[in-house]
This record gives sequence, C-alpha cells and structure tokens, in this order.
Amino acid sequence: MKLILLFISAAVINNFVLSYFLGICPFVGVSKKISSALSMGMAVTFVMTITAVVTWLIYHLILVPANLEILEYVSFILVISALVQLVEMFVKKVSKPLYETLGIYLPLITTNCAILGLALFSVLRDYEFMESLIFGIGAGAGFTLAIVIMAGIREELELAKVPKPFEGAGITMIVAASLALAFMGFAGLISV
Amino acid sequence: MARKQASVSYEVIKGLWDENPVLRSLLGLCPTLAVTNSAINGLAMGLATTFVLITSSIIISSVRNIIPNQVRISSFIVVIAAFVTVADRFLAAFYPLISKDLGPYVPLIVVNCIILGRQEAFSAKNSVFRSLLDSSGMSLGFILVLLALGMVREILGSGTLFGITVLGDWFDPWMMMILPPGAFLGLGIFIALANWLNARRAKA
Repeated sequence: MKLILLFISAAVINNFVLSYFLGICPFVGVSKKISSALSMGMAVTFVMTITAVVTWLIYHLILVPANLEILEYVSFILVISALVQLVEMFVKKVSKPLYETLGIYLPLITTNCAILGLALFSVLRDYEFMESLIFGIGAGAGFTLAIVIMAGIREELELAKVPKPFEGAGITMIVAASLALAFMGFAGLISV
Repeated sequence: MARKQASVSYEVIKGLWDENPVLRSLLGLCPTLAVTNSAINGLAMGLATTFVLITSSIIISSVRNIIPNQVRISSFIVVIAAFVTVADRFLAAFYPLISKDLGPYVPLIVVNCIILGRQEAFSAKNSVFRSLLDSSGMSLGFILVLLALGMVREILGSGTLFGITVLGDWFDPWMMMILPPGAFLGLGIFIALANWLNARRAKA
C-alpha cells in the first residue's frame, strides 16, 4: 500500500517537471509532437528505473561502508553517463525498432537533471531498495505524463495566434504555468 | 581558429545580454525556475554556480590540450562534480539555512547545462585568460536573471524583499508567485520581454 501511494505521489502530486522543475530542457525541447514526446518519456522512464536501482546499490553497498559519501555526486554522474551508454548499446542489440524510435534522445538523457535529481532525492529521503525502485518508475511516469500533455497542447498552439515576443519558449513557459497550476490541484491528495 | 577573436571586453559583456545563458540560449532553466522563490535564494544559487563555472573553466582550459577528444565530456563532468561538492560542503558548513532551502538543487549544479555548455563551446578551445573572462560574463548574466526573477517573485508572492517587508498591510500577497506556477509564468514573461527588447533594438 505504501508503495502504491509512493508511486502516485511521485507521478502526479510531486511531479518532477511541474513541481520540482527537473528535466525542463527536454520538456521544452522535445514537446512539439506527441509521438516524439512519448518516445522521450519512455526513454527517460527506462533510464530512471535502472538509475534508481543502480545508484541505490552503489550508495548503500559501496559508498556508505567505505565512508566515502563525499564522492556521491562524482560517482552518481559517472554511473549515469555510463549507464545511458550501456542502455543505448543494449537497446540497439535487442530491439532495432525501439532504438530507432528513441534515437537521438537516448544520449541526451545523460544531462537530464531529472535523472541525477532522482538519485539525490532517494538518498536524501532514505528510501529502502523497493521504495527507490517504485520512486524511479513513478517519477518516470510523471515525466511522461507531463511531456505528453504539453505536446498535445503545443500541437494545438500551432494554429493559434501568439504575440510575436512570446513565440517559442515564452508561450511554452506560460502553458507550463497553467499546467503546474492544474497539477497543484493534486496537492494534499495523499501525503508520503 | 575559425572564430574571429572578439575584443577582451566583449568576452565579458556578451554574457550579460547578447548571449545571456538564460534569456537568449535557454540554458540552466531548472535552477532558474526552482530557486527563485526569494531574492536571497536566487542570489545564493547564482553565486554557487558562478564559483563552479569559473573554477572549472580555469581547470579545463588549462588542461584542454591533454584531454583526449573522445572522453572530454566525461572529464568535464568529473571536474565540475568535484567543484560542486566543494560548493555544497561550503554552503552546508557556513550557511546551513540557505543550504537547506536550496536542498538538492546545489548538487544539481553538476548537470546545469550552462556549465557543461560553456566548457564545450568555449573553455575547451580558448586560453585560460579568455575562458576566465567568458565564464565571469556568463555567470554575471546568470546571477542578474536569477536575482531579478527572485526579486519579482518575492515582492509579488510575499510582499517582501530580501526578507524585509516592502509592501504594507494593504497588499494581499499573491501566493501563486512563490509556488511552481509563478516560476513558469515569471520566466515566460521575462523571456518574452527580452525578445521584445531585442526586436526593438534590431529595428532601431
């Protein structure tokens, strides 16, 4: 039960994009079409889930016993970039079509702050192994939800008349503001 | 070098407006949105980022000829992460309150695209001195945006500035401005304003 609540909390109430501002770059950059937004969301969810597991193991089985918590940031970022590369090779070998859909988005995930943020949050909040895993999946689902909704709105915006200075990033931010406002409605649903 | 050598002063000034990291290049949006709920947090974040950007620029531009091209991004990230650890420990030791407020956003400086972007685009190809100028200018541009956004949001959202009440009792604080929607709204308007000013300047 606690795990289900944690999932809901990570996905909608404390949405990574709309309330923690993590992963804004792909949120703005890859949200022009629903299909590519969905691919990006899937790629991020995939990497987030693996990152959550691997960084948990590294932190609790290597860094803490060796008293090397100070290396937390350095080791996390190295692990993430290595992981993204591994995932890329793996997907390429196993499923060609999936690799083609994700394509350029995979390497970009390394510098996605949502991934490192996820690892940091799970250390900060002292999550158990299972909690960490669910948190990763939930955060990924929340990211996918936000970026797909955003892409849906932006596809419609193509037809709207936007004041010149607001074109591009400006109006995207304003739309994100109203989305964030809508997601605030979930606050207090449950508290984890 | 293909790129024309700009004048020394321009290397600093370009970060303020022409190539402002936030308003023109749209880099580093995550910290810009996350920590500007008050002016003091924005300033602290700006200074921490400045420290990391300048120190890592100096290190990377001085070893730029030794790093093999294939592993340059990983090497940059390790240098940046090391300095972020320094900044994080410093804040936690001397300014525990601010450090607590900023939370995980201090370690997240590691993945701030402004820093990696400047190393890749500038420090990896230019002398130490020029990299120092470039990173100072960029940091200054970043601080200015964070401070301005933090001030606007703090005044509208809680009626205070640097924690001092500036708007009297008649003012009903616009709570939304210090919450996430206010961040997106504020930055959207800032970006539009910058575009508008630039278009006007181009016409004149």
